[in-house]
Amino acid sequence: MNIDSIKNGFVIDHIEAGKGMEVYNLLALDSLDCSVAIIKNATSRKMGKKDIIKIDAKIELDMDILGYVSPTATVDVIEDGKLCEKKKMTLPEKLTNVIFCKNPRCITTTEQELPNIFTLTNRELHEYRCAYCETKASK
Amino acid sequence: MRSVIDIKDLSTKELEEIIAVAEDIIENPEKYAHKCDGKKLATLFFEPSTRTRLSFEAAMYELGGHVLSMSDATSSSAAKGESVADTAKTVSCYADIIAMRHPKEGAPLVAAMNASVPVINAGDGGHNHPTQTLADLLTIHREKGRFEGLTVGLCGDLKFGRTVHSLINALIRYKGIKFVLISPDELKVPSYVKNEIKECGLEYIQTKDLEEYMPQLDILYMTRVQRERFFNEEDYLRLKDSYILTPEKLANAKEDLSIMHPLPRVNEISVSVDDDKRACYFKQVLNGKYMRMALILKLLEVK
Repeated sequence: MNIDSIKNGFVIDHIEAGKGMEVYNLLALDSLDCSVAIIKNATSRKMGKKDIIKIDAKIELDMDILGYVSPTATVDVIEDGKLCEKKKMTLPEKLTNVIFCKNPRCITTTEQELPNIFTLTNRELHEYRCAYCETKASK
Repeated sequence: MRSVIDIKDLSTKELEEIIAVAEDIIENPEKYAHKCDGKKLATLFFEPSTRTRLSFEAAMYELGGHVLSMSDATSSSAAKGESVADTAKTVSCYADIIAMRHPKEGAPLVAAMNASVPVINAGDGGHNHPTQTLADLLTIHREKGRFEGLTVGLCGDLKFGRTVHSLINALIRYKGIKFVLISPDELKVPSYVKNEIKECGLEYIQTKDLEEYMPQLDILYMTRVQRERFFNEEDYLRLKDSYILTPEKLANAKEDLSIMHPLPRVNEISVSVDDDKRACYFKQVLNGKYMRMALILKLLEVK
């Protein structure tokens, strides 16, 4: 399989296998004009299998989304065809409008202009809770 | 400018300061009769309530302040579709402090994020009710003289009972507290609340049997199974009479047990228990007013 190398853009590597499309959708990569490649189930020495996304443009990447969906991911920043920075993801402390509260009693269900804010309450368990009603986020 | 949305918004030191002020109000009410002269409290109640709203209003009047009251959501701008944020911004122009009850969980937090005056959560759905917890804490303090080392039985609806979650959250700050969590399977304490107990190195027992554990209890905190928290009437009817406290069930209880209830009760404590010297639930109502007075003074920074 041949995928053109990137001149200026990003390689999102080490995405947990199967999470590539979720990252693609949450980062709204479908709205881009540039080349975007998703590689699913690539062989990985560390992970066994992984997903990779290549984006041939310098866009604003929401690292919080990436960190939330796949904290194992790394982001290679490519400039003039060369790797100039490698970023590791961590679980973000706060997520705004990434996940939505499913508690029918939560104020966000009736006041839909309110931002859906979730805060990290347990890093080991990857647990987020709604900032308003403290309901646990379901992935 | 501070708001109190959750009991966790108050440190242990602050809780103890509020208790000390409330005790002083009880001893010297005249000293506090004009502390809030010229100040206005807005009570915004989007859900029916008798005692909490009247308690806030009585608290403000006894501090010499005034009250602006909204007790029926259907006659307010909320019925026209106004957001909680806009209501909070608007009422901030009229009042020095807001007490809000709302059926939606998190609504008082939204109000606090938008108001320019302190907001007190007077109950948001099944979520938080910090001033009830303040009433509970003062009652325990006055009845027992301590928090450490008590065995506290919580009985009834421990799933949706917001007062239970807030009380657990306040009591886990003290050493040697042991919880006995008594409920039907469907109304058990949520796991995150149990995790908080465990994280503090405290013990809890989960059971369906009130009478088995009765002899161990220093405090018995009864709660009502609340119709308004159920989406399904059948579930409510099936569970509402799970526990009814009667004088017979108290036969093996300690002589100095304190029986508490956030009220209103339906039938979970028989009226024949009211004359028992261990019944504290009406004292709790009075203590709630004193703690609300102390909290208003703190948030308005009145010395």
